[in-house]
Amino acid sequence: MTSSSRTPEGGRVDRATTVEFTFDGQTLTGHPGDTLASALLANGRHQVATSIKLGRPRGIAAAWAEDPGGLVQIEEPFPEPMLLATTVELADGLAASGLPGQGRLADVPDSARYDAVHHHVDVLVVGAGPAGLAAALTAARSGARVALVDEQSEAGGSLLGGTDRLDDAPALQWVAAAVAELAAAPEVLHLQRTTAFGSYDDGFVLALERRTDHLGAAAPKHVSRQRVWRLRARSIVVATGAHERPVVFADNDRPGTMLAGAARTFLHRYGVLPGREAVVFTTNDSAYDAALDLSRAGVRVQAVVDARPEGSPRRAECERAGIRVLSGAVVTGTRGVERVTHALVAPFADGEVGASSAIACDLLLVSGGWNPAVHLFSQSRGRLRYDEGLGAFVPGEELDGLAVAGSAAGLFDLAGCLADGQRVARAALAALGVAPAADDRLPTAPEPVVPAAPLVLWRVPDTSGAEGTTSFVDLQRDATVADVARAIGAGLRSIEHVKRYTTIGTAHDQGKTSGVLTSGIVAELLGVPVQDTGTTTFRPPYTPVAFAALAGRDRGRLFDPERVTALHDWHVAAGAVFEDVGQWKRPRHYPRPGEDMEAAVLRECAAVRTGVGILDGSTLGKIDVQGPDAAVLLDRLYTNLMSSLKVGSVRYGVMCGVDGMVIDDGTVLRLAEDRFLVLTTTGGAAKVLDWMEEWVQTEWPDLRVHCTSVTEQWVTFPVVGPRSRDVVGAVFPGVDVSAEAFPFMTWRDTTLEGVPVRLARISFSGELAFEVYVNPWYAVAVWERLLEAGRPYGITPYGTETMHVLRAEKGYPIIGQDTDGTVTPHDLGMAWAVSKKKPDFIGKRSFSRQANQDPLRKQLVGLLPVDRQTVLPEGSQIVEFAADGELPPPPVPMLGHVTSSYRSAELARPFALALVKGGRERIGETVHVPVHGTLVPVEVTGSVLVDPEGARRDG
Amino acid sequence: MAELLRTHPLEAWTAAFERLPDTVRIAAEPYVAMVDVRLGTVGPGASTALGVDLPTAPNTWVPAGAGRAVWLGPDEWLLTSPTEAPEELEGRVRAAVVGLGGSATDVSAQRIGLRLAGARVRDVLARGCSIDLHPRVFGRGSSAQTTLGQAGVVLLALSDAGDDVAVLVRSSFAGYLADWLLDAALEFTTTPDR
Amino acid sequence: MQLIACPWCGPREEVEFSYGGQAHVPYPDSPAELSDEQWAHYVFHRDNTRGRFAERWNHSAGCRRWFNAIRDTATYRFERVYRLDDPKSVTP
Repeated sequence: MTSSSRTPEGGRVDRATTVEFTFDGQTLTGHPGDTLASALLANGRHQVATSIKLGRPRGIAAAWAEDPGGLVQIEEPFPEPMLLATTVELADGLAASGLPGQGRLADVPDSARYDAVHHHVDVLVVGAGPAGLAAALTAARSGARVALVDEQSEAGGSLLGGTDRLDDAPALQWVAAAVAELAAAPEVLHLQRTTAFGSYDDGFVLALERRTDHLGAAAPKHVSRQRVWRLRARSIVVATGAHERPVVFADNDRPGTMLAGAARTFLHRYGVLPGREAVVFTTNDSAYDAALDLSRAGVRVQAVVDARPEGSPRRAECERAGIRVLSGAVVTGTRGVERVTHALVAPFADGEVGASSAIACDLLLVSGGWNPAVHLFSQSRGRLRYDEGLGAFVPGEELDGLAVAGSAAGLFDLAGCLADGQRVARAALAALGVAPAADDRLPTAPEPVVPAAPLVLWRVPDTSGAEGTTSFVDLQRDATVADVARAIGAGLRSIEHVKRYTTIGTAHDQGKTSGVLTSGIVAELLGVPVQDTGTTTFRPPYTPVAFAALAGRDRGRLFDPERVTALHDWHVAAGAVFEDVGQWKRPRHYPRPGEDMEAAVLRECAAVRTGVGILDGSTLGKIDVQGPDAAVLLDRLYTNLMSSLKVGSVRYGVMCGVDGMVIDDGTVLRLAEDRFLVLTTTGGAAKVLDWMEEWVQTEWPDLRVHCTSVTEQWVTFPVVGPRSRDVVGAVFPGVDVSAEAFPFMTWRDTTLEGVPVRLARISFSGELAFEVYVNPWYAVAVWERLLEAGRPYGITPYGTETMHVLRAEKGYPIIGQDTDGTVTPHDLGMAWAVSKKKPDFIGKRSFSRQANQDPLRKQLVGLLPVDRQTVLPEGSQIVEFAADGELPPPPVPMLGHVTSSYRSAELARPFALALVKGGRERIGETVHVPVHGTLVPVEVTGSVLVDPEGARRDG
Repeated sequence: MAELLRTHPLEAWTAAFERLPDTVRIAAEPYVAMVDVRLGTVGPGASTALGVDLPTAPNTWVPAGAGRAVWLGPDEWLLTSPTEAPEELEGRVRAAVVGLGGSATDVSAQRIGLRLAGARVRDVLARGCSIDLHPRVFGRGSSAQTTLGQAGVVLLALSDAGDDVAVLVRSSFAGYLADWLLDAALEFTTTPDR
Repeated sequence: MQLIACPWCGPREEVEFSYGGQAHVPYPDSPAELSDEQWAHYVFHRDNTRGRFAERWNHSAGCRRWFNAIRDTATYRFERVYRLDDPKSVTP
């Protein structure tokens, strides 16, 4: 079926194949190679949408991403809002509808794949029009690594929408040959449907490739739908062409009003006649091609309205074709409702508009000149220069590693664009020290016809009586000349301020057609040169990019790496409930059928305190510190003395920043005179290693010491509880595990069937405990041996929640939970861990600062809810005084906050740790904690609630 | 060696690796002994004692017996040995470098090795590695400590064609990286099963 | 994505690096002899230069070495990088 507005032949669509699509519920047909816009036009449909604020009909006004009119919502194959009909490739089954300025996000998950690829090249060429192809060929022929990206479905750029000839043949033959040559070059990446949307530092360009939408239902599911190319180029050639600029006049938004070059593209590329009767309004020679081509294709061109008093030398050509040319005339407005029916044309001289008369038409083509697409250049902080002759901003300086070629640099003839592309590519190669190929011939273009000078005309004075309120500058934002005038009237002078006041350039198209117009109109209203007004800042992305594409494969399972220990599968099989600790997955508890977390944790706690439990503590950070000065380093970094530690022994230590605040804690094993194993918190592992490296490398390079992470070199299994000695003794018979032979805070090496194992008497619960260290290759075997040996004693695997309860009952803080970077060792009640002998260590000097002497510093204490019931939410505030159980009026004096809170099996009541102002002085007092609107009285206690005498550690 | 059962963190991925096409072959490398060597100055003494000339050019590796010596920093190397037990390798290297002011730490289990081979290996790595892996700049003998996906890795180029690469990754990230690689290779599978 | 030239590994993406603040702020020789104010100056006070600034960087995702750089804080451009044992640069 040939649609009503399809030409009988020509265009680059596949006429042999018909695809069916729906628009606004209506079933229509088109061809592969169509965009949704060209297919709609082929079906005679101009109006696509209504405008966001005023609800005015809007249609297709351009042929690609600069279109401010044709916003659509895609329904099928997957709901996607705010796309331009001009950039949506037609595929079978596509369903779309026009949008009133805003779309809807899908409410179902997007099942398509998105990915990213890094690619490095010597030369990146953006744009596969004449200049870009010339540049890419020149670069590729030299043997350099080249990437050529272009946003259209096929290469050719402006050649796709015209009738140009090269080497006396249709220019598209040369395009095809160039594409084939690039495909055969081994170091060339050529991507179509790929928009370079951002230019960043050091030759970094992001480009979005649309890979599968055009395949419709045939799109393979395992291939990404869109891909973000992360291109790193030593040299960039920007050959992005130019956008045609409209002229503003009253009712210039009526569907059927279109950029002249776009109409030519619809005709030549898509075989579509965008109208039957056309009026062409222009300020320059380029629109004459549109008038002549459309006329040849059967469109009745009613008039070419040329604002220039002398018109154009091409007038004769038009007249030969029977086209009337009105020089010194402008279009002042339009008539029609959902489509233009008449153009209002009036004489125009010296800025004055005469009386207008109506010319019937269903297509009004407009050309106000061309804006070089300088977006990537400007994003790279290139300065722009206003070219008075072109009435446009062009690159105003040379940048290192980025050059602009062809129309993007303000050249508008084919021969010039080809030569410029080659010149720029050769310069790029020269800068890289690459010799161009001996033969890098480009085709010959016909001698260019020198065009008559364009007239720079931003707007036609409004004679409609609407006072600029229907003269649209930014169609997408419904922003008019009147809005710009109001902004100026409000005292705004900067183009950036006008943009924010009027919202011009902030919509979907980011001002591709409206930006320079606004600069011109503002300059005119202020009576200043356009150069002084300048443009608003060009920012990425050049065209909208879906968040899904930016997220790429970093979603779902791959969103954030899950670090697991060697026992992870065992934990899963044991039914563990996991908790995230940094990136680690740690078992939080192991519920039995019917147990909630509270029940499981009470059971696990009781098992440890009365029998034996086992924990996977492998995530603890471990650092091997070696060298003759190892002890010196540790003495400088820990608050306490480590050099006095004997080989075979273990010591707890605290580390502070230079500000005296605790940054980590842990135990240290002295393995040899010149070797220590430092244990850090799970979360502090990387931080502490970096901290050590920073001091060794930057301050103390003279120290003979090296620090190496061995976090994953050792799994760590604390076997904890009064029966732990029996279990460990049974599995490692080579070690005398008696309290006398193996005292608290010592370690012993042994082997298990030849495998080295280290045992350490370290306790984080106050109970008798042995930590078992072994190479994770053998983790499962050793763990299972321990479980087997523990079976007679009911050995109970326990998780981090139980670990937390047990340590909190003993008042052991968790750095980062009970501390927040403002807490000193003294605040934690750990003055005993601060050496008075050492002349200096990191943090020492800060302890004597005035702020650290304040008796009202927050100190770590225990809290016991008086009702023996309430588990205080962690983070709860502690209130100084509450009369009659009522919260005092604000500002409520706060004493501190709850840092850890649990239900204790041992105490048979809930308890908490808290940082409280002058807390140790308040022991015995009652303070209050607001919980869900009521004040809960709590008794302040010491932080050690279980076994304060330390009687249990030896079993 | 020990009788004790050994497990590997990527055992569960073996079947998925085996389903990959020849253009992207991924396999977990067998366990080898690895030691982190720190040494301020590399001289003939060190070479003699260690039996290998530690590479001093950044981002390189050299064969060391049946194993490899990988540059990790101006005073840091990773030495691997498939023929020694971890504690044997550590002992031997430590003895060789301690007198020179160096140190040696057994890190055999700290990282897992993966071997990627096939024509599409570079494409798979490029999905998450920002450095240039073109054979012109990353031929055999090149190495890099960098990020692949969201995991820190050491990459070792084993061929000049860019089609044979060893990836060392922290053991706790091995599962993540295996998932990541399989997902990255999906496009090159003819019969995707996910 | 800016590139930073690690003095050992060469240019890498900025996300491989971590920032270490102003360079050439040595740990005082005898902290105990400093007044609270002098000590606070070391702990808390750093220059906030517009323009060329000497600062510390660490190639944290690579060779983990610290190095210094002269960077223009207004343009982000790295003028040069140098190893810690290089002679001190002359800052503007």
